[in-house]
Amino acid sequence: MPTQTIYTLIKQLFTKKATNPFPVKYTPENMHDAAELIEKDELEINPPVDVPPNFRGKLKYDIESCIGCQLCVKVCPSQALVFKEDNTVRHYVNRCTFCGQCVDICPTDSFEFTDEFLMAGPEKLYEDLVLNP
Amino acid sequence: MSREKDTTYEVPIGPIHPALKEPFLIKFKLKGEEIVDAEPFPGMNHRGIEFMGMHRNPMEVIPLSERICGICSIVHQHMFTTATEHALSIEPTNRARYIRTIMCELERIHSHILWAGVAAHEIGFDTHLHFTWKIREKVMDLLEYIAGNRVNYSMWTFGGVRRDITEEMYPKIFETLEYYENLYEKLEEIFLEDPSIKLRTRGVGVLTKKDALELCGVGPTVRASGVKKDVRIDQPYAAYGDLDLDYVIPSRYGFENKGDVFCKTVVRLKELLQSVDIIKKCVEQMPEGEITSEPKKAALLNKLGKSAGEGIGRIEAPRGEAIHYVRLSEERDDVDCWKIRASTYNNLSTYAPMFMGEQIADIPLIAASIDPCIGCMDRAEIIDINRGEVQSYTKEELHELSVKKTKQITKGGVE
Ligand code: SF4
Ligand code: SF4
Repeated sequence: MPTQTIYTLIKQLFTKKATNPFPVKYTPENMHDAAELIEKDELEINPPVDVPPNFRGKLKYDIESCIGCQLCVKVCPSQALVFKEDNTVRHYVNRCTFCGQCVDICPTDSFEFTDEFLMAGPEKLYEDLVLNP
Repeated sequence: MSREKDTTYEVPIGPIHPALKEPFLIKFKLKGEEIVDAEPFPGMNHRGIEFMGMHRNPMEVIPLSERICGICSIVHQHMFTTATEHALSIEPTNRARYIRTIMCELERIHSHILWAGVAAHEIGFDTHLHFTWKIREKVMDLLEYIAGNRVNYSMWTFGGVRRDITEEMYPKIFETLEYYENLYEKLEEIFLEDPSIKLRTRGVGVLTKKDALELCGVGPTVRASGVKKDVRIDQPYAAYGDLDLDYVIPSRYGFENKGDVFCKTVVRLKELLQSVDIIKKCVEQMPEGEITSEPKKAALLNKLGKSAGEGIGRIEAPRGEAIHYVRLSEERDDVDCWKIRASTYNNLSTYAPMFMGEQIADIPLIAASIDPCIGCMDRAEIIDINRGEVQSYTKEELHELSVKKTKQITKGGVE
């Protein structure tokens, strides 16, 4: 019987996909080869989707303006910020929950969110994943 | 147990699955396919999130509290914040109240649509699962647009909110609301009028009004039985006091207050429409002003460390009433005591009468009808007491059984 179910099913086949596509449709057999192909413009990949306007991505730390007041260390829920002896803070990106409390409380606006969200690294303390090491 | 001639089976379902937020165990007694007794055993897992909270200062606990649940992250964040505000006598600004209401209702929309998809999946209509979850993306996009991220919105702070809903955002909000208004009829046609869905949900998992009241169930689970219970109306918080709301119970829409899975679907779908209305009104009536009454964060942090008091935060979560209790002391900067009571805890006890007399194949659907996570179904055993044999049902097998039943009912005419 032609119920709403069947109608929906057929219509779904022809509508745009709701999910964001993966960079490539199938996993390449060899990642290095695939990376080379992309560099040579021979393999097309789906670009990352746009981020929303207030996106909270990887933090940017401005060491020059930091006055070492430690307020950010006090409000960080995941101990991603550690106070250093030279009156600055070290930021472990892998522990960050992107809550933005440090950004809100900093009196000198030394922390700022960027749009960067591709943060994978080969190990926890990879150089890109520790700011002001 | 007496050694009757007819075999009685015992089926424990649960308790632990890593994907669950509220793991529980239910022990079923079966006579053939029929459930003759069901006993829920909550308290199977302790995440220690309250303990973690008691070793952090209140500012640090706000992001922690929203991680209690991935779907209800606004709910928990709201309760913790209001409980602390209650303890310290901080008043949120008027504009913040409206923004909070809008966020809470957006979350209700996404939670109810998600539930509809899960219910459809348990019945065996994966088409509807994909359809509902696809339309849910629209509200997720809106939440992401307002808050910056898709889950864990980090919107709340003591005395207000951290991000404003500005006028540039209105068109996108209205567009999303219109999208749901237009789709609503279709959803109703699918979930309330489809003959096969009706066969699986009508008269299944019945919770009478008496049981609902006696077992202290909350939220859509008991509203489906005709119990008028809704924190938004009984004890308004945020901006709900300014709005003219009415209890969503099936009899208001010409259905009987039977308390079966069908009625629960009715309540959730109608609440979707109610949420759309609430958001519309809030956006229209949004007062001007500051978004937080405590803009100086450093001073606030200082104040939190020095004050003492205790407070309670209540909210009507998508699954029903939930409560946070917070106590602060002068000696410690950290939260002194933090207690959470989520809605599923109340609703678990309503399982017993709902399962009575139903069949094994209905377990997934009835379990899903109170809107918990049923990942805990991953491990179910059937013990034949007379023979001492142990049979295991995995979640997949139970799901299979459920799908098979739908196929039998509709004589293979679905999917
Ligand atoms: S965003 Fe939150 S978790 Fe990340 S460093 Fe700042 S305060 Fe810590
Ligand atoms: S709050 Fe700002 S100024 Fe103070 S220590 Fe942190 S980054 Fe530096």
